[in-house]
Amino acid sequence: MSNRKEMIERESRLEQLVSDLLAEAKQQGATAAEAGVSSDAGLSLTVRMGEVETIEHTRDNGLGITVYFGQCKGSASTSDLGPEAVRDTVKAACNIAKYTTEDSCSGLADAELMAKDLPDLDLCHPWDIDTDTAIELSKQCEAAARSLDSRIVNSEGASLSTHAGLHVYGNSHGFVGGYPTSRHSLSCSVIGQEGDAMQRDYWYTTGRASTDLEAAEAVGQKAAQRTLSRLGARQISTREAPILFQSDAATSLLRSFTGAIRGAALYRKSSFLLDQLDQQVFPDFVHIHENPRLLKGLGSAAFDGEGVATKAKDFISGGILKSYILGSYSARKLGMQTTGNAGGVRNLAIDPGTLDLDGLLKEMDTGLLVTEMMGHGVNMVTGDYSRGASGFWVERGEIQYPVEEITIAGNLKQMFQQLVAVGNDEERRGNMRTGSWLIENMTIAGS
Amino acid sequence: MPNFIDIARSVLLEPAGLQESDLEHVLDQLLSYNIDFADIYFQAGRIESWALEDGIIKEGAYNIEQGAGIRAISGEKTGFAYTDELQLSALLEAGKTARAITRAGEQKRIKIAQALTPAERLYQPINPLNSLTEQEKVDLLRQVDAEARRQDPRVKQVMVNLVAAHDVVLVANTDGLLNADIRPLVRLSVSVIAEEGNRREQGSGGGGARDAFSYLIDQDRALGFARDAVKQALVNLEAEDAPAGTMTVVLGSGWPGVLLHEAIGHGLEGDFNRKGTSAFSGRMGEKVASSGCTIVDNGALPGRRGSLNMDDEGTPTQNTVLIEDGILKGYMQDNMNARLMGGLSTGNGRRESYAHLPMPRMTNTYMLAGKHDPQEIIASVDKGLYAVNFGGGQVDITSGKFVFSASEAYLIENGKVTRPVKGATLIGDGADVLTRVSMIGNDLQLDQGVGVCGKEGQSLPVGVGQPTLRVDELTVGGTNT
Repeated sequence: MSNRKEMIERESRLEQLVSDLLAEAKQQGATAAEAGVSSDAGLSLTVRMGEVETIEHTRDNGLGITVYFGQCKGSASTSDLGPEAVRDTVKAACNIAKYTTEDSCSGLADAELMAKDLPDLDLCHPWDIDTDTAIELSKQCEAAARSLDSRIVNSEGASLSTHAGLHVYGNSHGFVGGYPTSRHSLSCSVIGQEGDAMQRDYWYTTGRASTDLEAAEAVGQKAAQRTLSRLGARQISTREAPILFQSDAATSLLRSFTGAIRGAALYRKSSFLLDQLDQQVFPDFVHIHENPRLLKGLGSAAFDGEGVATKAKDFISGGILKSYILGSYSARKLGMQTTGNAGGVRNLAIDPGTLDLDGLLKEMDTGLLVTEMMGHGVNMVTGDYSRGASGFWVERGEIQYPVEEITIAGNLKQMFQQLVAVGNDEERRGNMRTGSWLIENMTIAGS
Repeated sequence: MPNFIDIARSVLLEPAGLQESDLEHVLDQLLSYNIDFADIYFQAGRIESWALEDGIIKEGAYNIEQGAGIRAISGEKTGFAYTDELQLSALLEAGKTARAITRAGEQKRIKIAQALTPAERLYQPINPLNSLTEQEKVDLLRQVDAEARRQDPRVKQVMVNLVAAHDVVLVANTDGLLNADIRPLVRLSVSVIAEEGNRREQGSGGGGARDAFSYLIDQDRALGFARDAVKQALVNLEAEDAPAGTMTVVLGSGWPGVLLHEAIGHGLEGDFNRKGTSAFSGRMGEKVASSGCTIVDNGALPGRRGSLNMDDEGTPTQNTVLIEDGILKGYMQDNMNARLMGGLSTGNGRRESYAHLPMPRMTNTYMLAGKHDPQEIIASVDKGLYAVNFGGGQVDITSGKFVFSASEAYLIENGKVTRPVKGATLIGDGADVLTRVSMIGNDLQLDQGVGVCGKEGQSLPVGVGQPTLRVDELTVGGTNT
């Protein structure tokens, strides 16, 4: 999928497939239908200890359809895009719709909300890289990590992956839209040893265009530095202390926030942020917003999973909850209007503050810098939070020593209220963009 | 009973006009390229799921996953490609891509033979999707919903999911092996929200097996899962803040065996040990657990969620002793890692689908029973935590640190289970935690059959189990200091 002309041809083939699917659904008696088709190809390879370990050529196709018979719904999907499988898939969806219950909230998003302008968001920059060059780049990355320090004794390797694909969505309102995307990444994970104890850490870089990636050597060096910094980690005693979540760890707090204001969690009453619209959820300096049409953005799209036009919006302004995250189904359940977020948020960001990580350490004075969390101990119904963590103990604004085998616990609702500062050390590698978060107080369990 | 290979041939090869000589042709082409080993994995998977919410059958979905993956191994190098088109030309093309891992070499010829152990032993080659009519499936969901709501008026929301999967797989390799498996899998899960005043809590239950839907209906199992979910939610409505710090923890039998999966299971997978990246690397024969601790990974239990007649490389599954009476005895291996470490596959080579590479993975991992009465174990604790239900866990196999999160737990005070406490994450060190096991119950139980294990982005069904265990020191991540 290297050239533009081929992309355009593929796109029109997928559009044809979507329209065939919708026609087949109509033929089989559906009163409305929506379908998505995607096709993606790529290369993933890993080099370990200076040698090639795996080379994987990926080629993924998929098609999914949802049919409505009045307000009864059925869905089906397949990885086989042959005509027979397509017919069977539609038939399976129609059969399921006979047994689902009529649901007054179910159906396509309203026709007038369909995206009308589909700007090119500059999301596709295929990487014309051959296997040998990719191997060479991965080798350089791993070598930079392994040669940094004699305490780097082993490696899980360096991996490069490059993918480009197309996604087309259409529905029986007549909407059809599609766009090509690409994504490339380079990562490295190495192991350090001091005495008997081993530690592992990693670093990665990712982007829509290969030119946006960090240099291979820099990725390797960061991976090694992160591993080295963990050597000699110890448990600390149980205590209460301020917690500074380093930016890459802080993205998970943003994810917990978005999880709590998702329509499905709200209408099921399984969120710790029920009925908080227009209420103060964060301190007043906090501004959280999404920009779905960001050029080259890793989460960008001009329309959501239902064809609804995406638009920039605030979720938190002045610390106050301004909008939920809704698709048309959850919106109808809540008696509201879709926010164009079927499929989730796109390029969510919290405004950076003025302090860098060092400044935040000084601001915290004494406490725990958390660099990694483990496990799934977040209760989205109550907000109760208890996760494994590792990081560094900090005194007088200076890192003292690495810490591991501890948990940090609190309640997300209070943690959000107790957000003291957000750093300007922004994590920009994913769909969630944030600096580090300083939380006033949490419980650390240890020895 | 029809032969598995005949069934797989009729599902996977015949519709595509493929014959065994075609598979030999593809493998010949691979071996002629300095490849030590290569295999082809065909899969035709069907998954059907139904969801009930707000008392109505809200969604149903049907998924077809079909294709073939071709892998070529040369030393420690692996080349991999796959296709969703089951045609000779597509297979040859994928083979050409996979073998690019090496330069050209001498010519060899492969003759594949039917496996001698087509082991139709652990489950029947049925298609569970057809084992109930659609009407019966949605009726079952409604009965589960009614059972949950009937338990207590505080139950405000009930979500029920019913899933059936049918996988037909066929493996052929350059050692001349041809083997097949027909894998049924059913699962029902229930999640409830209970409300009292302005407090809301959740509870969940569920189970499944490699069987027909009748498994869920027999012995009213599905209704039992609904009652389990409600009980958990109601207990949590009363729960106080969990304690924080290192203390004695009694783990219940069954699903709390997720401890073993995280603390030692992943660390004993062959790939990490071949590479020397596991906290257990090079520790074979050492004492890593208290005397009396014997832990196995057993893929050959009849009907269990983690069981397989053969693994995804065509090797029959087996009962592998990992730790015997506290001593580290064995790793879990797939073909490639076993070869490189000079051993044999233990039947643990598993993959999520044809589009993923196999690697050493767990099946059903559990500790054998000891001699203590569970009540005696609780009575032995002055002050501690009794954790009976868990959500997921995670491990850093290199540092050996692992977590698992309790979803139902109680305080033990003066030898008695007293008040419920909120869920909390427990954290420990895998190579050390089992040396702190001081009492092993006589009540070994396996989990109900809902486990999913993730590794390098691949998800697989697994089982865990254990008897009631007393662990003398484990760090509990509550908020109450």
